[in-house]
Amino acid sequence: MAHAHPVKRYTGLMDWLTTVDHKKIGILYLIAGGFFFLIGGFEALLIRIQLWKPLNNFVSADTYNELLTMHGTTMIFLAAMPIIFALMNAIVPLQIGARDVAFPFVNALGFWTFLFGGLLLNVSWIAGAVPDAGWTSYLPLADPTYSPGKGVDFYVLGLQIAGIGTLVGGINFLVTIINMRAPGMSFMRMPMFTWSAFITSALILFAFPALTVGLVALMFDRLFSANFFNVSGGGNTVLWEHIFWIFGHPEVYILILPAFGIISEVISTFSRKRLFGYSSMVFATVLIGFLGFMVWAHHMFTVGLGPVANALFSIATMLIAVPTGIKIFNWIFTMWGGSIRFTAANLFAVGFVPTFVMGGVTGVMLAAAPADFQYHDSYFVVAHFHYVIVGGLVLGLFSGLHYWWPKIFGRMLSEGLGKLTFWTFYIGFHLTFFVQHFLGLLGMPRRVYTYLDGLGFNSMNLISTIGAFLMGIGTIIFIINIIVTAAKPKTASNDPWEDGRTLEWSIPSPAPEYNFLQTPLVRGYDALWKEKMDGNTGMSPAEPIGPIHMPSGSILPFIMSFGLFVAGFGFMYANNEWTGFVKEIFASHAVAGLGLGITLTCMIIRSLKDDHGFHIEPEELTKKEVKE
Amino acid sequence: MAGCGREDLSTMNPQGPVAEEQFGLMKLSISIMVLVVIVVFALAFYVMVRYRRRPGDKTIPVQVEGNHKLEIIWTVIPIVLLLILGVPTVKSVFGLAKDYTKDPNAVQVIVTAKQYWWEFEYPQYGIKTSQELMIPTGKTVSVQVKSADVIHSFWIPALAGKIDANPGANVNTMYFSADQDGVYLGKCAELCGPSHALMDFKVKSVNQGAFDRWVTAMKEPGKLPADPEIAAVFEKQCLTCHAVGDKGMQLFPNLTGMGDKGTVAGILVNTDDPKYSNEGSTYDNLKRWIEDPQAVKPGNSMPKVDLTPEQIDGIAKYLSEYKLDVEQ
Repeated sequence: MAHAHPVKRYTGLMDWLTTVDHKKIGILYLIAGGFFFLIGGFEALLIRIQLWKPLNNFVSADTYNELLTMHGTTMIFLAAMPIIFALMNAIVPLQIGARDVAFPFVNALGFWTFLFGGLLLNVSWIAGAVPDAGWTSYLPLADPTYSPGKGVDFYVLGLQIAGIGTLVGGINFLVTIINMRAPGMSFMRMPMFTWSAFITSALILFAFPALTVGLVALMFDRLFSANFFNVSGGGNTVLWEHIFWIFGHPEVYILILPAFGIISEVISTFSRKRLFGYSSMVFATVLIGFLGFMVWAHHMFTVGLGPVANALFSIATMLIAVPTGIKIFNWIFTMWGGSIRFTAANLFAVGFVPTFVMGGVTGVMLAAAPADFQYHDSYFVVAHFHYVIVGGLVLGLFSGLHYWWPKIFGRMLSEGLGKLTFWTFYIGFHLTFFVQHFLGLLGMPRRVYTYLDGLGFNSMNLISTIGAFLMGIGTIIFIINIIVTAAKPKTASNDPWEDGRTLEWSIPSPAPEYNFLQTPLVRGYDALWKEKMDGNTGMSPAEPIGPIHMPSGSILPFIMSFGLFVAGFGFMYANNEWTGFVKEIFASHAVAGLGLGITLTCMIIRSLKDDHGFHIEPEELTKKEVKE
Repeated sequence: MAGCGREDLSTMNPQGPVAEEQFGLMKLSISIMVLVVIVVFALAFYVMVRYRRRPGDKTIPVQVEGNHKLEIIWTVIPIVLLLILGVPTVKSVFGLAKDYTKDPNAVQVIVTAKQYWWEFEYPQYGIKTSQELMIPTGKTVSVQVKSADVIHSFWIPALAGKIDANPGANVNTMYFSADQDGVYLGKCAELCGPSHALMDFKVKSVNQGAFDRWVTAMKEPGKLPADPEIAAVFEKQCLTCHAVGDKGMQLFPNLTGMGDKGTVAGILVNTDDPKYSNEGSTYDNLKRWIEDPQAVKPGNSMPKVDLTPEQIDGIAKYLSEYKLDVEQ
């Protein structure tokens, strides 16, 4: 039924605004996430400048609290999550032999809601009312009495809108991985990165609704004077802590599991060896995801939950060390007997292993509740979670970006600059955070805008600041690498590392818009490697060449998200100190209504207007193949 | 133990049985973890060096699927290590949760955290003090911690780990004691606003005799400034919020015995030999504080009071000389 539809195919900027192609959405996620990563990193540098010496006056106490709040919130929600989504979008459909994700329109919607939510959060800097109650926004500090400005409103509504994007993205990947695998790609033949994306998506599905509920309650407290967390109105602040961490702890695994997946792929490829203990890796990933929901109260040992809760959550937390240990040893034994090539991507991956172990063991130390009474909210915790998130996740992301860059952009990043990025960033990282363990043990609490002289904190804080700048230099080198690479021609081959094992290396770099000319037939784990070992040049097709059905682009996701952005603003400034007409349209909720109206109208259009997409005909396909 | 930080501040230099027990658990976990780290590092570096790719190497290594024996080993060994750590952890969790709030032999203290200072109430003696928690050495101190505004966290690293100060009915209890006389630094460990970093307090452990004399002295009638003009200003401008002895209001830090205290506002350290910008004599610190409280501790509740320089001088002098002299 290959009849041609008259379909508009956009070019230029409109192409990017309307795209529903998972590869382009991946690039959009990467650009936006990278942008927020730079903002969050800049905030981190300002924090470290303030702390380089005791009683420094570089920023005020208020500004410091804004910086620490925005650094944490930006890095977790607007930098780490989107860059993970960038790699998941760019790679997962290719790894399972799919032509796109299950819901391309929803995929675009997820990106744009994230972007507009993130922008709303950061507009707070321009509006001059920045969230300052920490990324955890504990109540009552974040309630209207103690945070009277609009700052925390930006946090609540920005995250609420960005959270929609994450949730629909997670659902999309679950459906994609369950339904769209190529023939022969059984679950136990899926590449490890796809497995980790699958488990991460499941965690998103169960964890993000908790955040959404919490944020709705907080929004009602702040905007409509509800009493969920208002002690004098019968509310309870510990409730917020539970809700936040029921989301917040799985969030940690949402972040780290994809990094585990990346490391598994990279180490295996560059050791030229099959991943050691694949099935135990899968099992460990599932188990970590499951246990991740059972341990949230270890963030709350000092809240006063009582010895029974503290004991249970101590033991549950320690248990996570077991599957994590399995993974670590599997990686080491993947390299054992291999032929290890130290590309920039692999340097990040092998650098990850010992670093993550250090973050992991301090995690077990923190799990012992009575000892945690000493560590909790001290710099020891700051050191621990930066070892896990930067030493784990960020190294993993750098590794994945260097590894898959040719598949995403068709160009190889410079190896020399990549290695330089690794060494500056890696050394800078350990300088910054290793000493912070000791600062915490010596009695320095976290989230302090300054510290007194003579307490023995000075030299270690100075070292930490120097390290932070080294990490900044590493990041700049990476950006230079991107720019230099962008100027080069697109010459990357299908399998530029020559030892590619998984399906994405069987197709051109970058992948054509339909990914696979013919859906591949998967005959085993490490599908491409198996064909190589059997002496075949590529995958055998599972279908003849035929017309390929493609979804058409749409501007609706962009407008829909913009509507939410306007609505967020409208609700936030319904209570304002302006005068005249502007006050009226905000106070009457006209702006909020307009925003919601835009979004609802787009939803109606999307629901009522049939769009069957279009087909790429075999003639066009073969012509392209010849040209390439 | 110089490498372990200050004796009055570091968790690695415990000065009482509670911190000692917590440090014991920390040492146990660190030992196990250092062992793990060494094993993993050694394996990782061995593998990286031994199996690096030589130039021109085109061989395909053996594609090992896994090894059940090895996988069982590295599953069981961590479980054993966790048991070694888990059992004392659980024991300690329940041990440290012991409730001394009904124990007549323990010193009962109700700690109320406020932005950005600490109030210490002794229900057994009917007295309240602030910023300096006075305790008798060797005696168990049972604290009930709560907050009057946002969440804070009560932490004396050298004596005991922290417990949160929650608003409302979520009152927390904890106990600790000090083995030796001395002053220990306490900190707020939960972000509570702009001056969170400056919400320090002190725990002063003294012998039983001195403690008893302090309790008695705290109950004596408050002394007003000798100069009647300063006394009038002090009563009008200060005692509407603060108290000395039985005079004034207990809304904000109690000023009885200001001259004995180690700090003003928790962070301006009183010393006759100032080395750092936050140090000075008690008199200088009081003056600095009264002249511009917001410059010292941004966001705190103390306003710039309408006082002439002479009045500030007089009040600072009076307060710095207001001593209880309990330590003989």
